[in-house]
Amino acid sequence: MERVRAHVLLCAGTGCVSSGAKKVEAALQVEIAKHGLEKEIKVVETGCHGFCEMGPLVIIYPEGTFYVRVQEEDVAELVENHLLKGRIVERLLYKEPLTAEKVPNYTEIDFYKKQMRMVLANCGHINPEIIEEYIAENGYAALGKAVTTMSPDDVVAEMKKSGLRGRGGGGFPTGMKWEFTKNAKGTKKYVVCNADEGDPGAFMDRSVLEGDPHRVIEGMAVCGYAIGADEGYVYVRAEYPLAIKRLKIAIKQAEDMGLLGDNIFGSKFNFRLKIKEGAGAFVCGEETALLASIEGKRGMPRPRPPFPAISGLWGKPTNINNVETFGNVPQIINKGADWYASIGTEKSKGTKVFALTGRINNTGLAEVPMGITMREIIFGIGGGIQGGKKFKAVQIGGPSGGCLPEHLLDLSVDYDSLIQAGAMMGSGGLVVMDETTCMVDVARFFLNFTKEESCGKCTPCREGTKRMLEILTRITEGDGREGDIELLETLAKNIKATALCGLGQTAPNPVLSTLHYFRHEYEAHIKEKRCPALACPNLITYGIDEKCKGCGVCRKNCPVGAITGDVKAVHELDQSKCIKCGVCFTKCKFGAVTRI
Amino acid sequence: MTTEMVNITIDGQKVQVPKTSSVLEAAASQGIKIPTLCYHPELRVEGACRVCVVELQGARSLIASCVYPVNEGMVIKTNTPAVREARKTVVELLLANHPSDCLSCQRNLTCELQNIAGDLGIREVRFDGEKKCLPLDDSNPSLVRDQNKCILCGRCIRACSERQGVHVYSFANRGFDTTVVPAFDQGLHEVNCTYCGQCAAVCPTGAIVEKDDTAAVWRAISDPTKHVVVQTAPAVRVALGEALDLPVGSIVTGKMVSSLRRLGFDKVFDTDFTADLTIMEEGSELLDRLTNGGKLPMITSCSPGWVNFIELTYPDLLDHLSTAKSPQQMFGAVVKTYYAQKAGVDPKDIVSVSIMPCTAKKAEAARPEMNSSGYQDVDYVLTTRELGRMIREAGIDFKTIKEEEFDAPMGIATGAGVIFGASGGVMEAALRTVAKVVTGKELENIEFQNVRGLAGIKEAAIPLKEGLTVKVAIAHTLANARVILDKIRAGEADYHFIEIMACPGGCSGGGGQPISTCLDDKKKRMDGLYQCDTNSALRKSHDNPAVKELYDTYLGKPLGEKSHHLLHTHYHAQKR
Repeated sequence: MERVRAHVLLCAGTGCVSSGAKKVEAALQVEIAKHGLEKEIKVVETGCHGFCEMGPLVIIYPEGTFYVRVQEEDVAELVENHLLKGRIVERLLYKEPLTAEKVPNYTEIDFYKKQMRMVLANCGHINPEIIEEYIAENGYAALGKAVTTMSPDDVVAEMKKSGLRGRGGGGFPTGMKWEFTKNAKGTKKYVVCNADEGDPGAFMDRSVLEGDPHRVIEGMAVCGYAIGADEGYVYVRAEYPLAIKRLKIAIKQAEDMGLLGDNIFGSKFNFRLKIKEGAGAFVCGEETALLASIEGKRGMPRPRPPFPAISGLWGKPTNINNVETFGNVPQIINKGADWYASIGTEKSKGTKVFALTGRINNTGLAEVPMGITMREIIFGIGGGIQGGKKFKAVQIGGPSGGCLPEHLLDLSVDYDSLIQAGAMMGSGGLVVMDETTCMVDVARFFLNFTKEESCGKCTPCREGTKRMLEILTRITEGDGREGDIELLETLAKNIKATALCGLGQTAPNPVLSTLHYFRHEYEAHIKEKRCPALACPNLITYGIDEKCKGCGVCRKNCPVGAITGDVKAVHELDQSKCIKCGVCFTKCKFGAVTRI
Repeated sequence: MTTEMVNITIDGQKVQVPKTSSVLEAAASQGIKIPTLCYHPELRVEGACRVCVVELQGARSLIASCVYPVNEGMVIKTNTPAVREARKTVVELLLANHPSDCLSCQRNLTCELQNIAGDLGIREVRFDGEKKCLPLDDSNPSLVRDQNKCILCGRCIRACSERQGVHVYSFANRGFDTTVVPAFDQGLHEVNCTYCGQCAAVCPTGAIVEKDDTAAVWRAISDPTKHVVVQTAPAVRVALGEALDLPVGSIVTGKMVSSLRRLGFDKVFDTDFTADLTIMEEGSELLDRLTNGGKLPMITSCSPGWVNFIELTYPDLLDHLSTAKSPQQMFGAVVKTYYAQKAGVDPKDIVSVSIMPCTAKKAEAARPEMNSSGYQDVDYVLTTRELGRMIREAGIDFKTIKEEEFDAPMGIATGAGVIFGASGGVMEAALRTVAKVVTGKELENIEFQNVRGLAGIKEAAIPLKEGLTVKVAIAHTLANARVILDKIRAGEADYHFIEIMACPGGCSGGGGQPISTCLDDKKKRMDGLYQCDTNSALRKSHDNPAVKELYDTYLGKPLGEKSHHLLHTHYHAQKR
């Protein structure tokens, strides 16, 4: 292997690529060549580091110096100072949002320091397009161990003992699922990986596939061995072109090395993988809809039973797990179930990757042990709320999840506690909201999502989400009626009880949890025609107070002539003319325009 | 073989039910009627409408009883406050997106959604948002689709795909915008629709209905310058009663005849007459093909849905079709020629109406080539359902009206003609006559049990005489027709004669029959037809004296020149 003086790791995940990583890479090559450093310095494209807010990210080894938001024009300085002169470029270092301290080494940054990166261990660390790099990190050792030293029953037993639960949302024990499929009658069986990640703001599966595709392939192969399947499908959304590209490369490399194909590791185990690109329907993340889609049918769920473990793809026993679930498998086989089960809580083992988004300082992916508190994730890792605003709620579990208020910040993040609190783990999307977020509007946002993504098959989801959205919309527009809250509750309860699939059954959760924790906001909208967060335009009443200097800017900018007043006199706003556009509020330099 | 049973508790009763039952079936066996909408006993279960939900002890949510299999020890409650509220909410949601014009809807009083709303005691609809607003498809002579009345149960999709193998409909769009449409939202006339009407027959609401031609018929009847004659297809007499509150399978021939007279038709004739005529022509054609090396197997051509299907989908096999017109069209051609002459009526003044169990017959009558009388041979086609509505509208008390006889001569028919309405009936009628022609002897046992019944494809080998065994096949539903046609294409069909009917059970289950979700309606109607046959004095087409007279005085002989002109047709590939 070639030896070089320094490695420049450049994140080439989707986030960093969209913030300019490819241009940075080109500039790096130019600058390195300009200084004649080609033989000493190697630039490595890696998968996602998870710190997308700060991208493009560059880490320079052996020091491990972590540069953030590196742009094309920064590269000359970076090469000259860091790589040539050995001086750290201070201005490109990460600054802790709470302490303003500059941290040169990324292992020292709170965002990383407080994580437990197991599934994401290789992401940002290896080149995902080179199988040897994965193998160098103990890759495919688990598959080798399983097929050469363990029986399928041993593998299933190990998985059961590990306590791993499905990371796609439901949290069903993975080992049990494998056991059902293993014991199902039939000689032809399938392994399916659900990579149809669709929750708004969630991108952990994409990151794993982009940054460490072999981990997923290995997990699927181990599963195939355990359940007696010789064929697998990765159902991945077509909107993830980079993930698909890297997965294709990885499958080809694994086939070339005999890690996929016939007689793997000299055993009688054969396993092949295919990729099926999904067309981007959220409901295709539901397992029966996903299977229908692979079969070439319209992606609509069907009632269970029979479960896919008994009758799945083309009627054959099929084990479906999510990307992150398969990503956990190699380490469980390598290090053992006992080790794995030592992490997490009594009923939720291991780690979970969360996608932090919303009004949080450190947007990105964070992998944490189960049982960590929400506070630690949001304030410890996430760096707190943007702009020093006040935390209001966190939405967890995507459109199927719920909103948790401030008093639940110390809640243990595990499957059962979240369900109890009216939310759910889901695939791990965390949307953080501050005091300027209207909770009725949040519920409306998620209902709009589920209404758009409902497949239309069952009545309660198709018709019910539409009616809930209509009610929520009229509440946020100031047309809420007495009885709307009760109507929402009836709808929510009955949709949950009657919908065909998980999408419909959980669609009312955002409404139910906001009604539970923020009912007063609904009441203010309906009864007082007021939005406490001042987020719903129709429900804001503008006024002008005595701070007004009579400068006339608001009067001149008001599009409907609702403001009158003499120069240097306090102006007046005619409510009957006001269209609540907010121009006066943004234009006033003296803070004299009020909103209630 | 004994059926494996499981023990379940349903509404507090401990019962044993077959292991293969659904919860819905188990409940039904205990006299518990769970409401359903997307469920249809003859179609694959879907579990989509969620009206049939029940409580399963230990389950997270309610379960759809139509798709949920029973299992040992399960505890089911079908009538709890939660269940009633859930069902009500689901139906209310459907109503919120449904026109509220029930009183003027074609399916008023026969609408399943309306019935369920009534049964569940829905008195208000609490949701008042957007309703879908989509254009009507009345692009064809047979069927009208109003998507605004569609509740997306998918029964039409399943009927068209599973039962008929035609696959015209599918779901399109998502969520609230979901619709059931032919490919690219085209009209039925632009896709491979056969107009069989099975979609309308399974539609729970007024979203797919027959095109209503009653107004034109009322107009003709009340026009004193018109001589309005009506023919009634065999299968109508065993189904019309259902549309008028009589039990399924009731034989109402006499009541139907008297009702038609009260409605004002000048002559009430019987399509059975031309069914007998069809046998004379088609039987002769078969014998001709058998002896002169014509194209075999020969396939019947009475069912217009079937004819559309082969023209659209298997045009390479068209020369297998008998050139004989359907009984309806033979009737139309004869009534405006032979009958007009015999009765001394100017054919231009004759309005020829037919009552059919069929929606495709409307399109058949409208075919441009169906004018061998010099006029459109059949002017208006009404389905059994439309006739039922006219009888109601006229205030005729169907239950008490006295029975009357068909008019002569075209009301004279045999039992062979009447069984045309059942799958296997044309075959049986043909065999009765072909046997006589081939052997010169009358058959002793004229009942061919192995061509009867509801098996999808029936096969039989009938020894007619030394050295001549006729191999026959009978298929009903177009999905089964496909099986037979694929066999012919593959050169694996060594039959001589095949009967194909587009609809399940033949015409008895036609797309124009009264709507029924009762599992054995077709069987009961077929039983009625065979009963009519048994009751007939004459049971072989060649014994029909009126048909004999028609040949003797007008047509000459079967396959003769006049027959060829009036009673035979040609087919062509349909390209849409």
